[in-house]
Amino acid sequence: MPRLTRWPIWKRLRRRARRQWLIARALNRARALQPVQNRTGTIRRGDILAFVTLRNELVRLPWFFRHYRQLGVQHFLVVDNASTDGSAEWLAGQPDVSLWRTGASYKEARFGMDWLNALLRRYGSGHWCLTVDPDEFLIYPHHDTRPLQALTDWLDAGEVRSFSAMLLDMYPRGSLVSQPYRSGQDPFEIARWFDPANYTIRKNGEYGNLWIQGGPRCRSFFRDNPQNGPALNKIPLVRWRRSYAYVSSTHMLLPRSLNIVYDEHGGEKASGCLLHAKFLSTFVEKSAEELTRRQHYADSQEYMAYHSGLQDDPDFWCAQSCELQDWRQLEDLGLISKGHWA
Amino acid sequence: MSGDGAEIRLGVIMLCHDELPIAARMARVWAEGGAAVVVHVDAKAPAADMAAMRGGLADLPQVLFSPRHSCEWGMFSLVQATQDAAALLLDRFEDLTHVMVVSGSCLPLRPVQDLRAFLALYPRRDFIESVTAADVGWTVGGLNEERFTLRFPFSWRRQRKLFDRHVALQRRLGYRRRIPQGLVPHLGSQWWCLTRATLRAILADPRRAEFDRYFRRVWIPDESYFQTLARRHSQNIESRSLTLAKFDGQGKPYIFYNDHLEMLEQSRCFVARKIWRGAHRLYAHFPHGDAARPQVDEPRPERLDRIVSQAVARRSLGRPGLYMQSRFPLKDRENGKTAAPYAVLQGFSDLFPGFESWLSSRVDADVHGHLFAVHGAEFAGRAPIGPGALSDSAALRDLDPRGFLANLIRITRRMQAWQFSPRDGQEMNWFTATDPNARIFVITGAWAVPLLHSDMPFDDIRRVAAILQRTELAQMEVLNSVWLKAQTQVWALGDFCARPADALRGVLRQLGGDPEAATNLPVMRDVAGMGRFLQRLRNAGLRPQLMGEFPATDIAPAPPAPPAPDPEESSAP
Repeated sequence: MPRLTRWPIWKRLRRRARRQWLIARALNRARALQPVQNRTGTIRRGDILAFVTLRNELVRLPWFFRHYRQLGVQHFLVVDNASTDGSAEWLAGQPDVSLWRTGASYKEARFGMDWLNALLRRYGSGHWCLTVDPDEFLIYPHHDTRPLQALTDWLDAGEVRSFSAMLLDMYPRGSLVSQPYRSGQDPFEIARWFDPANYTIRKNGEYGNLWIQGGPRCRSFFRDNPQNGPALNKIPLVRWRRSYAYVSSTHMLLPRSLNIVYDEHGGEKASGCLLHAKFLSTFVEKSAEELTRRQHYADSQEYMAYHSGLQDDPDFWCAQSCELQDWRQLEDLGLISKGHWA
Repeated sequence: MSGDGAEIRLGVIMLCHDELPIAARMARVWAEGGAAVVVHVDAKAPAADMAAMRGGLADLPQVLFSPRHSCEWGMFSLVQATQDAAALLLDRFEDLTHVMVVSGSCLPLRPVQDLRAFLALYPRRDFIESVTAADVGWTVGGLNEERFTLRFPFSWRRQRKLFDRHVALQRRLGYRRRIPQGLVPHLGSQWWCLTRATLRAILADPRRAEFDRYFRRVWIPDESYFQTLARRHSQNIESRSLTLAKFDGQGKPYIFYNDHLEMLEQSRCFVARKIWRGAHRLYAHFPHGDAARPQVDEPRPERLDRIVSQAVARRSLGRPGLYMQSRFPLKDRENGKTAAPYAVLQGFSDLFPGFESWLSSRVDADVHGHLFAVHGAEFAGRAPIGPGALSDSAALRDLDPRGFLANLIRITRRMQAWQFSPRDGQEMNWFTATDPNARIFVITGAWAVPLLHSDMPFDDIRRVAAILQRTELAQMEVLNSVWLKAQTQVWALGDFCARPADALRGVLRQLGGDPEAATNLPVMRDVAGMGRFLQRLRNAGLRPQLMGEFPATDIAPAPPAPPAPDPEESSAP
């Protein structure tokens, strides 16, 4: 860490100003949140909390909750961005969910991050907080035998405050439409393939985080302009404090030291990954809808690329794709690491 | 001497600071196994938890509570707590023969009777790890002897900066504390098991006040106080701990979980530290064994040792050639830039149009085309998607060429070999040249062969030749630098053409193929006219430096195979 302190002071001041601006903005935007079901009173000391923004994800919710409850998330704080498919009603009926509703623009709220930053600040301080999308499923080394609490206890013991989990795009073999996803089903029964080793990594000097791109989306839709491809680096699990803020999605945070989730001297820190169940039959309708809403990053450029790509041949699968087995496989491939948590 | 441990009366000092319900459970295990227990609870623990613990253990007369100290890691308060607890134990239970120190998160893996029976085999032995400070190599923070000769008024955990500066200052000033006469500093695990006689002698040492005063300012005295004084008073030291306590390389105790159950059972250790508070299966399963028939076999923690040292190595060294979200080494801190040997072949495909297929049928390797070609990666068979689902897109590759190369080598089982030329992207030259896994074979000036056969206007040829020569000269500078780690072999075009079979034999040998397979040479492009061509370049004001000797009048070295008049391949740059 001493190296960080040698950074020119003005850069530190600029980052501090940016962090404070992010927090102020979050508090301002959060006024658009209307509490629907506030059960935050039931949160106990040491609970692990999940923070989610969603819109029309009813079909995914049962498996999402099953996965995270099994890992040991004790409370879910959800922002519903004007769902019309009954997601809100379903969520309000869950005993471990606090629900807020807003009809405000997702894009204006920096793709929902302002809302979540505000909730994190208000309810997350002192807790391990997991910030994920409804199609992101966290796995980490030993997740099949050790609950999330074991991981966070271990991170606490090592005085580690943030945990990296890169986004791993999962896709089915064959076309998306031909294998319909049913509610409550394990999405990785269908989308069980991934790209093993085509990720590009660069370091972001300003925030200190790694910028990871690649995977099936990049090679299929962004092969000529990969700079515009989606970022896959994520830091979803953080022991939150009031002064923290997510800068851009969960890709990076301020203060900068939270982004140093990697070792620079040859060693490996522990890391997990977020299995991304985006590419299911639900995706085709979703991408058409998002295209008209234009509420996503960079004017939904990503969705435009998908949509044109999906129309002729919606198949990411190739002979080099790997079929998901378990976390050990991902560890061997070097996508995640157990570090010294063996 | 019998083996049932009946004559051994064991006393246990249990040091707890949090997770008191678990500690209470462990105290019960020890007490019900026939040990007398004195519990020390950190003064910082909440009073309610403390009351609950006292209440829960009230039915056990052999469990006592010692005066509470507020303990801080690395400070003398921990020794004081141990001393007080030991004194209480020895005073109240006069028949004790041994005293052991455990923590609240230590779990007895075998019945306490096993331990007693084991101790009965060596009734006068003190089990305490005790290594002279000069010889320990394992302390984190790098302070061994200096723990005893410097002063440590600041907390390492809370005031790290002050701590480090204070140490640096004392070193610079050459400050040294005097070690009390008669003491030889020793270090070791704080989880010891001493005989009554030794412990009594340590506590009743006539110079104890002096020693305590001294150790008050020693860093982490709980790892040195008893370890040093035992050397003064014990007749029979067995320098090892009966507690399995591993460190994870970051100075933190290694933690055990449910999935370690089988390994812990196999280890046959008496006590393990530290167990995760939620590892219910471990707490339910252990202590495991038949208390009525105590076993006295030795602990065998080798397998666990191996697992732990692997974990430590993973954290500190990592896997060579891996660049990922939690391992992104700085330049030259990679501990292995790539995962396996690979070969870079430069100039061969210019000279032999069918070189790729020729080579791939003779060595056990994936032979690619120009992976770093400007227009995109040419994977073997020109597949659009290469190993690891790498794309052949130039833009994607050039976003992170190091990652591209490292991914390719790490994900494939076989050796990787690819063609290279000054026409390709040169970003990775330093990387490959400083990588011991690289085997680089270069025919310098071979890029002139396609130019020789090109039908471009001569002005363009001259310009292209100038660019390629400049590029290759820069590359040669890298290959000739003092930082070179790759195995390289460089021929000038003229030398190579004089004896191509010999050179190719060498290449095959180095790539693990059969050198004799080189007798059947690949079809070679005609280099007749090269001398004249080079002279024309000279006449146009360019000085060809890399081709070696070609007479300006046209007597090219006789090609061993009939010249192949094929104008295809990548002749047009």
